[in-house]
Amino acid sequence: MDFNTILQILDSTLRLTPPLLLACLAGLYSERAGVFDIGLEGKMLVAAFFAGAVAAVSGYAWVGLAAAIAASTVMALLHGFASITLRGNQLISGVAINFLAAGGTALIGLNWFRQGTQTPQLNGSARFSEITLPFADSIHSIPYLGPIYADLLSGHWIISYIAFLAVPFTWWLLFHTRFGLRLRAVGENPEAVDTAGISVIWMRYRAVIITGILCGIAGAYLSTCMNAGFVKNMTAGKGFIALAALIFAKWKPWSAMWACLLFGFLEAISIRFPNLEIPGIGTIPVQFMQALPYILTVVILAGFVGKAIPPKAGGEAYVKER
Amino acid sequence: MGKLPKWADYALIPFLNVLLAFFVSGLVVLFIGEDPIKAMGIMLKGSLGSPRAIGYTLYYATNFIFTGLAVAVAFHARLFNIGGEGQAGVAGLGVAFVCMYVDWPHWSLALPAAIIGAALFAGIWAAIPAYLQSKRGSHIVITTIMFNYIAAALLVYMLVNVIKDPGSMSPQTRAFVPGSVLPTAKEMLGWIGVDFPRSPINISFLLAIAACFGVWILIWKSRLGYEIRAFGHSESAAGYAGISGFKITMIAMTISGSLAGLMAINTVMGEGKRLVLDPVEGAGFIGIAVALIGRSHPLGVFLAAILFGMLYQGGFDLSFDMPKVSREMILVIQALVILFTGALENLVRMPVTRLFLRFTKGAA
Repeated sequence: MDFNTILQILDSTLRLTPPLLLACLAGLYSERAGVFDIGLEGKMLVAAFFAGAVAAVSGYAWVGLAAAIAASTVMALLHGFASITLRGNQLISGVAINFLAAGGTALIGLNWFRQGTQTPQLNGSARFSEITLPFADSIHSIPYLGPIYADLLSGHWIISYIAFLAVPFTWWLLFHTRFGLRLRAVGENPEAVDTAGISVIWMRYRAVIITGILCGIAGAYLSTCMNAGFVKNMTAGKGFIALAALIFAKWKPWSAMWACLLFGFLEAISIRFPNLEIPGIGTIPVQFMQALPYILTVVILAGFVGKAIPPKAGGEAYVKER
Repeated sequence: MGKLPKWADYALIPFLNVLLAFFVSGLVVLFIGEDPIKAMGIMLKGSLGSPRAIGYTLYYATNFIFTGLAVAVAFHARLFNIGGEGQAGVAGLGVAFVCMYVDWPHWSLALPAAIIGAALFAGIWAAIPAYLQSKRGSHIVITTIMFNYIAAALLVYMLVNVIKDPGSMSPQTRAFVPGSVLPTAKEMLGWIGVDFPRSPINISFLLAIAACFGVWILIWKSRLGYEIRAFGHSESAAGYAGISGFKITMIAMTISGSLAGLMAINTVMGEGKRLVLDPVEGAGFIGIAVALIGRSHPLGVFLAAILFGMLYQGGFDLSFDMPKVSREMILVIQALVILFTGALENLVRMPVTRLFLRFTKGAA
């Protein structure tokens, strides 16, 4: 395998990772605050649809992004209403949101654009364009470092950079601000937070809203960056891979980035080498590569490679003491 | 929360929840620009309007009874088995092995073998997450979700690389011999001289009814069922009573998985007569809605499964007569039912409970 092939696979990894990473961080906020969210997939799908649809109608990718964030946040608030206010089962609510998204986007898409269940092809300003980082052209000729900078790091969409910048931001917000401390506290010990005079309910709602916003950006990436429009069920399990990455990363932002990069890398490999030959083992079927993120999650979750312990109050609604 | 009479808890609240879900579904149809009342008429006619339509409705309902019972049994042990989809898919492999490698002379021999094959494969597929939950502490919901994806990949691999019919272009097994194809309702009713049109409903429907009865005996009339319910009610209390949590988790999940697996009998042996890609088609997930409406009671599951069978079959006619309301409407209705009967249950329960309290106070 030569340098160029490696570079191409890594570049492909960086293109496949952002939606996973954004959704993974989205789940991180919600679950750290004690609200389990298996509806990342659904929120992302709704966002992808509205980004594609509104970008097509308005002609601007940014307007599409705003619509995606709004739609995803509405879904997140529905989840919040069910699980925080009504103290319903958070897992069931997540399942419902996934189906609502899968059915709703196809149904609305069919009646809005009448092009099957797709949105119109996006072009020009309706799609995000790739950004060339400064000096990318001038240092391209430097051996190794030049192509790494110009071909690998440069030339991605704005959302890709946002996704990776969201990692240090999340780390700072969760572990170095008062807001972050409180957010983590409502996920571990809500009684203590309540005793300190802080509203557990409002804190959790804020976490869920952040989840909605991040899922919205993730969805917009799918339909306005990576692809030129929305296709039915285009998330294709990415929300669950993000969830897997979140557990894999033990609910930590930096680890989340590495986990998403790993899963993105696996996807890049399986696209590039559908039937991977490993000397001494034989051909690895493409289905195994596709299932690998899920298998790894099961292994991690079972504690065979370090233990993944979820936030203590996760999944349980808070009932104020009288 | 105050006490509700049993009939309100088991019938009134699910009824109001489903009503609410259908009302919102009606609004969705209205929003699309169609008449919801007319849509309902089309669906009713499409699902119950002729013996053939009823045959199709009950065929789908058979799948949902099995997957609904699967979710319900796990619910009694307070386990959320979201993996019915994967379990049923793997069971499809089990059924295919039984029917492919043995040339059965008669379906009455093939059926018990296929039941064992389906239950064994699906049971093991559900037992692994159960083991991981009780021994390794991994959350069963996450593990079963992951197992759905792993099962899907496994199924594709097997069908493409291992058990594919060499003579066929698409990834599917060869057709089963006639001796391992289940009798349809047309044939069975023909034995007693009743004329019934051709439809995919087959003997599996009777198997599903038997499974309902079996689950009822298991949960409410057996010692094991008592232990399952005790464990579901309070893990620690069950522990003090000498009930092993590990044992109950394993058994409940294995039974749950096996039940989900039995739907493969209906689709693979009854309808498809060969294993194709995605033999489950979302029925595993519909089981969640069915168990929620049915309040995890076999009778409730049966009725809810018929309701979803009607939706499924009626949905075909609806998408023909009203092209604007596509098949995805079923998915939306399913989501709303899960939302209102599961996650937003308290939206109805809280006011109803308050109302009952006022009445009982007034009477006292």
